[in-house]
Amino acid sequence: MKVVSARTLDEALLALRDAGPDSRVLAGGTDLMVEMESGRTQPDFVVDVWKVDALRGIRATPLGIEIGALTTCAELERSAEASVHADILVEAARWVGAAQIKHRATVGGNLGTASPAADLNPALFALGARVKLVSLRGEREIAVEAFVKGYRTTDRALDELIASIVIPARSPHERRAFRKVGTRKAQSISKVVLAVCAEVEAGSIRSARAAAGSVADRTILLPTLSNAVAASAHGVRADRVGALSREVVRADARPRDDVRSSAEYRTFALERILARALLDFTRLP
Amino acid sequence: MKAIFEGAVPITLTIKVNGTERTLRVPPLRRLLDVLREDLALTGTKEGCGEGECGACTVLVDGESQLSCLVPACQAQGADIVTVESTTLTSIQDAFLAEGGAQCGICTPGMIVTTRAWLDECERDGTSVTLEGAREALAGNLCRCTGYGKILAAVLHAAAQENAR
Repeated sequence: MKVVSARTLDEALLALRDAGPDSRVLAGGTDLMVEMESGRTQPDFVVDVWKVDALRGIRATPLGIEIGALTTCAELERSAEASVHADILVEAARWVGAAQIKHRATVGGNLGTASPAADLNPALFALGARVKLVSLRGEREIAVEAFVKGYRTTDRALDELIASIVIPARSPHERRAFRKVGTRKAQSISKVVLAVCAEVEAGSIRSARAAAGSVADRTILLPTLSNAVAASAHGVRADRVGALSREVVRADARPRDDVRSSAEYRTFALERILARALLDFTRLP
Repeated sequence: MKAIFEGAVPITLTIKVNGTERTLRVPPLRRLLDVLREDLALTGTKEGCGEGECGACTVLVDGESQLSCLVPACQAQGADIVTVESTTLTSIQDAFLAEGGAQCGICTPGMIVTTRAWLDECERDGTSVTLEGAREALAGNLCRCTGYGKILAAVLHAAAQENAR
């Protein structure tokens, strides 16, 4: 095994140029250190990027905010910019785990690991975030929902590094919600996790974009919701929310039984938290 | 570029542990927990679950509470580490003793170190010490004996003592 601890972005990208299929990028280690210790993952090449400061920090841009891949959940919680434009991402970071985990878990790591139970990823999907990837070949940007391609599988090429996440500015009428259902109120891996962004006018939902975790092999968007809302001439009001949520979950979720929950419970819980979130939107002044 | 670590070839790790600078050769991905316990014989830090769930192995890394089972040696390079053996923790240890905030004792070092991090954070941010705050601050430290009542009493006791000073 070879380990490179990069101190600059150039060093990281040069190291990744030679990366093969059994290579891994190491950030805060909350996933990879456990995987390696248990022997479930045995990489032949590890590129440690923890000290690459160019990958840190949250900055405002003309179009919204850009969050460095190495930004930790603790840093997200303290960020004024993130609390405005990415409030549901901050909420997800707040509930992701205890202080010790928040000091290490990163936004780029959550996205790059692409666990179906990831808490930050549904928020990124619902916010319409894009991921910026860099390599010695250049830079590219791709929508997060296109980046996550399957169970712990992403579109990242072996020589690429997640540099940052770009989140569009919040529009003035947008309502947002983040819901997490676990074994305990906090500090547990999600059985179901949901993030919703919607435009609401006078009690009527005019557009909606939602994403869920732990209800498929990957984080998923809920396109049936967006399409149904877009297709209704006067938007969706409180009386349609229950039936619509059932329809959305039936059409878009593909939950399964596993150690943390059952498909039946996940279907039930997702329906309920989606309906409740939408209902709350229609009732807000 | 300069590959700092070739192979699983050991690195020269320099860290400050409880105020003393230590230099040793270790594999780059060796857990900080093992560096402390086995290489430096600081066995106060305990391994509970070994997978980042229980908080027993909590140490301070540059003032932040982190799980030493999840920190590879290479990422601790140059860091200032505080473990339960640190003399800066004496007042908190006394509070745990006074309140009987320990049963089997495996979680205790993590509880004490996490308490230090939280009290420092409260002082830095100007937040007041409350039971609710203590519960949230120690949420990542599990006590298998479920003696949380006395542990939380010890945390508040330590906070009161420090305020009185």
